[in-house]
Amino acid sequence: MSKEKSLAEKMKLPWKKMPIAGIMFEPGSTVEYRTGEWRIEKKPAINQDKCIRCFICWIVCPDVSITRQPKPYKNYTESVEVDYYHCKGCGICAAECPVDAIEMVEESKVVP
Amino acid sequence: MYRKKGKFTGEGVIPYSGEGSTVTIEGAAVCTQTGCAYTGNEAVAYAAKQCNVDVVSAYPITPQTIIVERFSEYVANGEVDTKFLAVESEHSAMSACVGASLGGARVFTSTASQGLALMHEVLYLASGLRCPIVMAVVNRALSAPINIHGDQSDMMGSRDCGWIQLFAENAQESYDLTIQAFKIAEDKGVHLPVSVNLDGFTVSHATESMKACADEDVHKFLPPRESLFKVDPTTPISVGGMALPEYYYEFKRQQEEALQLSKLFVNRVGKEYGKMTGRRYGYLRTYGLEDADAAVISLGSTCGNVRSVARTLRAKGKKVGAIKLWMYRPFPREELFSAIKDLKALAVMDRAISFGAPQGALCSDIAATLLNTGSDIKILNMIYGLGGRDIPPSTINTVFTDTLRAAKTGKVKERINYLDVRE
Repeated sequence: MSKEKSLAEKMKLPWKKMPIAGIMFEPGSTVEYRTGEWRIEKKPAINQDKCIRCFICWIVCPDVSITRQPKPYKNYTESVEVDYYHCKGCGICAAECPVDAIEMVEESKVVP
Repeated sequence: MYRKKGKFTGEGVIPYSGEGSTVTIEGAAVCTQTGCAYTGNEAVAYAAKQCNVDVVSAYPITPQTIIVERFSEYVANGEVDTKFLAVESEHSAMSACVGASLGGARVFTSTASQGLALMHEVLYLASGLRCPIVMAVVNRALSAPINIHGDQSDMMGSRDCGWIQLFAENAQESYDLTIQAFKIAEDKGVHLPVSVNLDGFTVSHATESMKACADEDVHKFLPPRESLFKVDPTTPISVGGMALPEYYYEFKRQQEEALQLSKLFVNRVGKEYGKMTGRRYGYLRTYGLEDADAAVISLGSTCGNVRSVARTLRAKGKKVGAIKLWMYRPFPREELFSAIKDLKALAVMDRAISFGAPQGALCSDIAATLLNTGSDIKILNMIYGLGGRDIPPSTINTVFTDTLRAAKTGKVKERINYLDVRE
């Protein structure tokens, strides 16, 4: 997870300074909401060697937290990575992966 | 928009001057007014017409039907350029109102009883999203058993919805308060919805003589709406977003502050309206309180009866008074206390049961007003008039007798008195 202060932290204003009626004056602010904080115990870890780049996980992720990165890896032109800032740890990606390249690991485990 | 809290020094408490006139002229009226005969409903519809409303979305329900009926006639006759949205339920009516109001329109609607209950969910959206909608609520009993007649159970059931709540005694006040309601709601320091309550049938269907202002005067009093924010493609905003535990509380605290401060505007607008018409409005109206030992406080149409009985008793030398509450939310705590502090006993008339509560809703508010003030006023709670049960002067006479006895002996027999219920 990024060590940068999330918008949620930055926006903790006193009540008099909150925008009237909870109006949002800028679009797309939800992307700054760290839903990754909701994760409990397990997080997905992708084994780049096992992964066949079928992108099924990318399709099924309900939170758009599986990302396609333009990083070449062996024969592949792309890599598949997890956006831990937003991943809620539902485990659908791990369940759907046809080659078992995704494993739900302990939160504390360092993932490359 | 958050002003420093002003000192409340009894401003907005309007005493009746002279014997028994229902309309007090303080100084000469500056605008020409036409005498007319309207029912409460017609008066509200006429006021809404004069207020140049942009959007009306409503669903008919007894005893409010005539407001909607009359207004749709204005639309059909081309007398107004209002967009009238005929919807399939009150839930949709209020939802449409919220949308239109967020778009910057001046919005009016009206409902009663079950209709208000069906709107309940959306009432909180209207106040939370700070939509200055004006709604006439023609107070009617709630089912079951089904009943179409007047009592205040409907609005009392929604009293915590964050709306400013005004109560009218007669057709004249229904008209006056509707016009003021738009000005209060749309003020940039308020930006909150307002409900104008009138008792079902007693006010809504009784024809009374009243005075109406000319269109130009109303237009001058109420300029076109300006909004702090609006949903507009040129300056896009998002409304109705989610606020989880980290934020929700702050928004609600802010909303409560806005509602509490709105009372300053209610008084200011009442004063301004008084200058225009000679009928000064505020938070409450008192009769005979200068030397009274015992008084009765009520909301809506009952106030007329109470005052009439008080007048008769005062003619016999009894020290009694009457209080009419125009503004129920925000509750005018300081002003009410300054008005009642010298009383020995006060009867509180509740036209709704707050089931399982220690007292009726109004009585609870008055008890809270007296809390920690060291006051020793004896409070009697009277539940009355449910489902349109008549409240004749003879009954109010017994209320005054009981209150005078409590004032004299310092003892209150019953926690709650259910007036005129068959034992």
